[in-house]
Amino acid sequence: MLSIKNLKASINGKPILKGINLEVKPGEVHAIMGPNGSGKSTLASVLAGREIFEVTSGEVLLEGKNLLEMSPEDRARLGVFLGFQYPIEIPGVSMVNFMKTAVNEIRKYRGLPLLSSSDFLKLMREKKELVEIDSQLTNRSVNEGFSGGEKKKNEIFQMAMLEPKLAILDETDSGLDIDALRIVANGVNKLKRPDNATIVITHYQRLLDYIVPDVIHVLYNGQIVKTAGKELALELEEKGYDWIKKEYAV
Amino acid sequence: MSEVIKKSLVNDELVDAFRKNNAVIFEQTPDFINKLRSKYFNEFEALGLPTKKNEAYKYTDIESAFFGAYKRQYSPQPLTIDIREVFTCDVPELENHLMLVNGWFYDKENKLKLLPNGAIIGSLIEATKQFPELVEKHYGKYITEQNDSLSMLNMSFAQDGLFVYVPKGVIIEKPIQLINLIVATEELMIQPHNLIIAEEDSSVSVVICDHSLNPHAFLLNSTTEVMAGKNSKLEICRQQNAHDHSVQLTNTFILQKESSFVNSVYITLHGGTVRNNLYVKLSEPHAHNKSYGLWLADKNQHIDNNTFIHHAAPNCESNQLYKGILDNASTGVFSGRILVDRLAQKTIAFQSNKNLLMTNDAKTRSKPQLEIYADDVKCSHGSATGQLDEDAMFYLRQRGISKKEACHLLMLAFADDVINKISIAPLRDEITGLVEKRLRGELSRCNRCKVNCG
Repeated sequence: MLSIKNLKASINGKPILKGINLEVKPGEVHAIMGPNGSGKSTLASVLAGREIFEVTSGEVLLEGKNLLEMSPEDRARLGVFLGFQYPIEIPGVSMVNFMKTAVNEIRKYRGLPLLSSSDFLKLMREKKELVEIDSQLTNRSVNEGFSGGEKKKNEIFQMAMLEPKLAILDETDSGLDIDALRIVANGVNKLKRPDNATIVITHYQRLLDYIVPDVIHVLYNGQIVKTAGKELALELEEKGYDWIKKEYAV
Repeated sequence: MSEVIKKSLVNDELVDAFRKNNAVIFEQTPDFINKLRSKYFNEFEALGLPTKKNEAYKYTDIESAFFGAYKRQYSPQPLTIDIREVFTCDVPELENHLMLVNGWFYDKENKLKLLPNGAIIGSLIEATKQFPELVEKHYGKYITEQNDSLSMLNMSFAQDGLFVYVPKGVIIEKPIQLINLIVATEELMIQPHNLIIAEEDSSVSVVICDHSLNPHAFLLNSTTEVMAGKNSKLEICRQQNAHDHSVQLTNTFILQKESSFVNSVYITLHGGTVRNNLYVKLSEPHAHNKSYGLWLADKNQHIDNNTFIHHAAPNCESNQLYKGILDNASTGVFSGRILVDRLAQKTIAFQSNKNLLMTNDAKTRSKPQLEIYADDVKCSHGSATGQLDEDAMFYLRQRGISKKEACHLLMLAFADDVINKISIAPLRDEITGLVEKRLRGELSRCNRCKVNCG
C-alpha cells in the first residue's frame, strides 16, 4: 500500500531524513519509535506534504501513486491522514463547517455524490459515538479551547469521518491520561480494516499496549535502524534508547 | 506648484458652490440650523479640506477624493424610477420603511412617523418643521470634535437625513433601518445629516446601509450625531456597500451619558475611498461603549478607520476591535486614540486592530494611541498585521480542503470576530453571507436589485 524508498528530506538545508525505506501493507499497523530529534515527526510531515521540508531524493508511493508530486490536499483526498502531534486551534471555523467541507471535498475527488446536510449530521453522530467524543466539542470552533486530550480525541474523530487509507498518528498518545489514551486507542482499533493501514509514531511503549502493531521500527538519526515485531517495544521500554544510540552512533 | 493650484481649486469650488446656492440651501431649513450652517461654513472656509499634512489625515488624500465633477442637489429632484420596485431589502425583521435617496426623504406619507409610544422616526427636515424645539435642542450639539473640517463641510451643506427620537423609557424592539441609496445618472456629492436621540432608559437599534444602484462616481460626506441618555441602550450598525468609484466619508459623534451602553459596528464591504471617523465621548460615569469595524478591500481601494474615544468621566468602559482584510494593491488604515482625562479614574479601555494582508502589494498602516492622565485605570491597545496562519492552512489542507477554500475559511473566521458583535441576528446572518460572497470575489448585492452594475 505504502512504499517509501530512500527518502531524504531537509529543512533549511539541514538534512533530517537520511534515506528512509518502509513498506506498509493493507491491514497492517506499523509503529515508529525512536528518541527525540530522530526525525519521526519530520517523516510524518513529509508524507503529508508539509512544504517547509524539502525532499531531496527518494520515492513515496501510495497504491502506486507518487505522493511527492501532490499537494497536501490531494494526498489527503487520496487517503493520507495525519493525526497531528499538536492539533491547531482555528477560532471562527466551526467543526461542523470544517468537517462538512473536508468530507465533501474528498467525496468530490473520489467521484461520490456530495452529502446533504442531514446525511452529514447523521454521519457526524455515528462517528462521534464510535470514537466516544463529547458531542459538545463538535459545536465549537476547531480545537478552540480544547484540552490536550480533547484535541487528540478530535483527531481520531476526524480520522473516523474521513476514512483514510493510510493514517499516520504523530505522537497521538503524548499528553493523554490513561482514560483518554484508551479512548483514542479504541478509536484507532475500531477504524482498522483489511484495506487500510496505520502508522503510529510514539515515544512510549504504553500506547502499544492498546494498539498492537504488526511491525515496530526504530528511527534514529534520520534512518530506520531496527525493524522487528511487537516484542521490540518491551525491550525499548526496559532498556531505553541508549543502546540504540551506542550501536548506531554517527 | 500645479498640485497646489489643483488642490486649492477643490476648496474654492466648494466655497463658491455654497455662496452661489445659499438661497436655496437656506430655504429648506429653519434659522437655528442656518445659523450653525453659517458658523461652520466660515470655519470651513478658513480651514479648507484636511490635507495630508494634518496628522489625522496623513494616509488618506481627502482633497484628491473631492476632485471630481460632482453635482449637488440643493433640493429634492424628481425621481425617474420607482425606488421601492428596484430595491427591496432582504433582511427580515428590520423596520424597512426608511429610505434616503440621494440624501432626501421622498416618501410623502411616511416622511415622519410618530409612533404611539411617542418615538419619532423619519426625515430630519420634516422634523424641523413639526418639532422645531426638539430638533433645535439637539442638532449640532454633539459635534464634540470641533476641528474636523469634513464635519464642518457637512454642517454647511447638510439638509435632510435621518431623525430618530426615542423618549424617556421607550424601548423600540425592532431595529430601524435607513437605506441610504444613491441612484443618479450623474456624479453626485451628497451630505446627509443624521440625528439620533435616545432619552433616559430608552433603547433602540439603528441600521444604516449605504448603497448605490448604479456605477457612477459619488461622494458621500455624512455626519451622524448620537445622544445616548442616562441608562439608554443603543446599537448603531452601518454597512457600506458601494463600488470602486465611490468616496464614502462618515463622521459619527456619540455622546454617552451616565450608565448608557452603545454598541457600534461598521462593516465596509465595498468602497473606492472610505474614511470613517468615530468620535465617542463618555461624558458621565459608568457609560460603556463598544465599537467595532471590519473592512474588506481589494484592487486599489483605500479604507481608513479613525476612532477617538474620550473618557471624560470615571468608571467608564470602552472596547474596540477593528479588523481589515486587504487583497491585491489595496490599502487600509486604522488610527485609534483613547484619551483618559485626569478625573476619569477606574477607566477600562481596550483597543485592538488586526489586519490580514493577502498579497505583497497590499498595505496597511496602524496607529493605536493611548493618552492617559488618570492614575487608576486599566487600558491596553495592540495592533497586529500578518498573513494567513501557515499552520492553520496546512491543517485544513491536510483534511482535503483546497488551498483556495482553506484561505476562504480562514478569512471568514477572521471577519467573523467582528460580524458576531452585531446583536441583530438576521442582520448578522445577512452580513455573514455578504462577506462570504465578497471574499469569494462575487458581487455581493444584498437586495433583489434589478439593476445590474459593477
